[in-house]
Amino acid sequence: MSSASQLALISRRSVSRTFRQPVLVVPVILFPLILLAVNAAGLASVTELPGFPTDRYINFAIVVCFVQGALFAAITAGTELASDIQSGFADRLALTPARRWAVLAGATAGGASIAVFGSVIYLAIGVIFGVQFDTGALGALVLLALAIYTALAFAGIGAWLAVATGSPQAVQGVFPLLFVLLFLSTMNLPLDFIQKQWFRTIAEWNPLSYLIDGMRGLVIGGWDAATLLPAIAVATAIMFITFAGAARSLRRRVQRT
Amino acid sequence: MASDNGIEVEALVRVFGDEIRAVDDVDLSVAPGEIYGFLGPNGAGKSTMVLMLVTLLPPTAGRATVAGFDVARQGPQVRSVIGAALQESALDDFLTGTEHMDLQGGLHGLSRNERRRRGAELIERVGLSDAAGRKVGGYSGGMKRRLDLALALLHRPAVLFLDEPTSGLDPQSRSALWAEVERLSREDGVTVFLTTQYLEEADVLADRVGIIDHGKLVAEGTPTALKAGIGKVSLEATPANPNDREKLTAVLARFGEPAAASPKSVAVRLAAGAEQLADVVRALDGDGVEVADLQLHQPSLDDVFLQKTGRSLEGDDDSQSAA
Repeated sequence: MSSASQLALISRRSVSRTFRQPVLVVPVILFPLILLAVNAAGLASVTELPGFPTDRYINFAIVVCFVQGALFAAITAGTELASDIQSGFADRLALTPARRWAVLAGATAGGASIAVFGSVIYLAIGVIFGVQFDTGALGALVLLALAIYTALAFAGIGAWLAVATGSPQAVQGVFPLLFVLLFLSTMNLPLDFIQKQWFRTIAEWNPLSYLIDGMRGLVIGGWDAATLLPAIAVATAIMFITFAGAARSLRRRVQRT
Repeated sequence: MASDNGIEVEALVRVFGDEIRAVDDVDLSVAPGEIYGFLGPNGAGKSTMVLMLVTLLPPTAGRATVAGFDVARQGPQVRSVIGAALQESALDDFLTGTEHMDLQGGLHGLSRNERRRRGAELIERVGLSDAAGRKVGGYSGGMKRRLDLALALLHRPAVLFLDEPTSGLDPQSRSALWAEVERLSREDGVTVFLTTQYLEEADVLADRVGIIDHGKLVAEGTPTALKAGIGKVSLEATPANPNDREKLTAVLARFGEPAAASPKSVAVRLAAGAEQLADVVRALDGDGVEVADLQLHQPSLDDVFLQKTGRSLEGDDDSQSAA
């Protein structure tokens, strides 16, 4: 059987079991939208600051939903894979001719699929509430594609944590850290508007800022390779580093001869 | 099916960390089509042995072949001829029985039609037809074990590994599983390597039994031969008054070596056999020890275990000593 068929079978199982657990799906949809609503109510006045790039706060804030969705994907993918390792399901798969990478990538498909589902909903809600894309409909589609790509990359973070620790609880323990990292980015303000120097330095180096700015550029400002390409590069780097790390750890975790 | 689907193990060792020798220099051989029972208490090294034989754990030293393939160097070949139901079943609570069969069959390279047909056939054989469309989360322990067995058989393995297959099952599910394992060996010629901590299971099901303790194989043979090696019947007595236990022990000690007994009782292996029963009763009467219960036992595998290790296998943990 081809690797692609193995990946398809393992992914299908991961997606089925994920969507059969509403507790995994509902928060991914609701949480980013609730945070968006709260921020829109409380922070809308920042648009009145001189030089703020848009006068509609939702145009500025909508992309944060996609990054949050991707973070949820990371944690869900990681928790699911760690549960498989803990329960012995990973051993069950290891006893079949399935290739290691197919087991790894397939197990994260469920988490990634929630982010895909979420991204479509965030986009639809955004459009309903009047988000205007300076890059038009094509830009909206590129945003969706970038969000899904980011989610797949972040699933690698979860996968690596899962394989390295073998514990769903350990993976979930990292979730708050990832959220702190999100808050220390350009999530709520453009970099130039961040006054505190330490905050600004962190936000400047924070990989999440590049992702947010790249996505945000598609909504506000129009086509700009200088923001879009770094976002793609950051997502690609995260994907390669984390999946390579996960594959390495998996060789130690499942010592199949 | 491989022409020779036996198992050969030579001086196999698995060390964890620096000093835990989970499997310590074990030699054994399982003939094609045989049911081999690997018996031992919790933590004796049974699961470590199985993990090495199914290629999920590399041995530290020694050599093992399954159906002629080396477990350390020919992992893919070994996996293609074995089926395994490991401890805890490891099923996905959110998938149905049929979905499990489909996933695993697909990964073993069965075509869509083949896995549908083979899946349905096996599900029927293990008596799960009515539950096949339900999520496994709603299955009982026995149903999960049966599904696990069906999954292990999907690709028609020549050698089957069952790690504590009936642990936690009710007696009815246990005998149903025994019957299926027996049928696989007798009718299909499948070699079965089965670990268990249940004496009865090893006794009833296994053609040959290997007894493992602290990683070492302490005895091996057919259950009949192992018990015959012990030779003598044992006598188990329960004092009417629990305070008389020591007195009872002293009286019985005159008639033979201590044997495994339930916590409230005392047992000895009668040095001169069952004929001594009358003498024992007279001695108890003479010393004024009143007994509530008196039983003669033919030697059991637990007696074999006791003789080899100085401990009883029946009990809560492996540190329990036989009085």
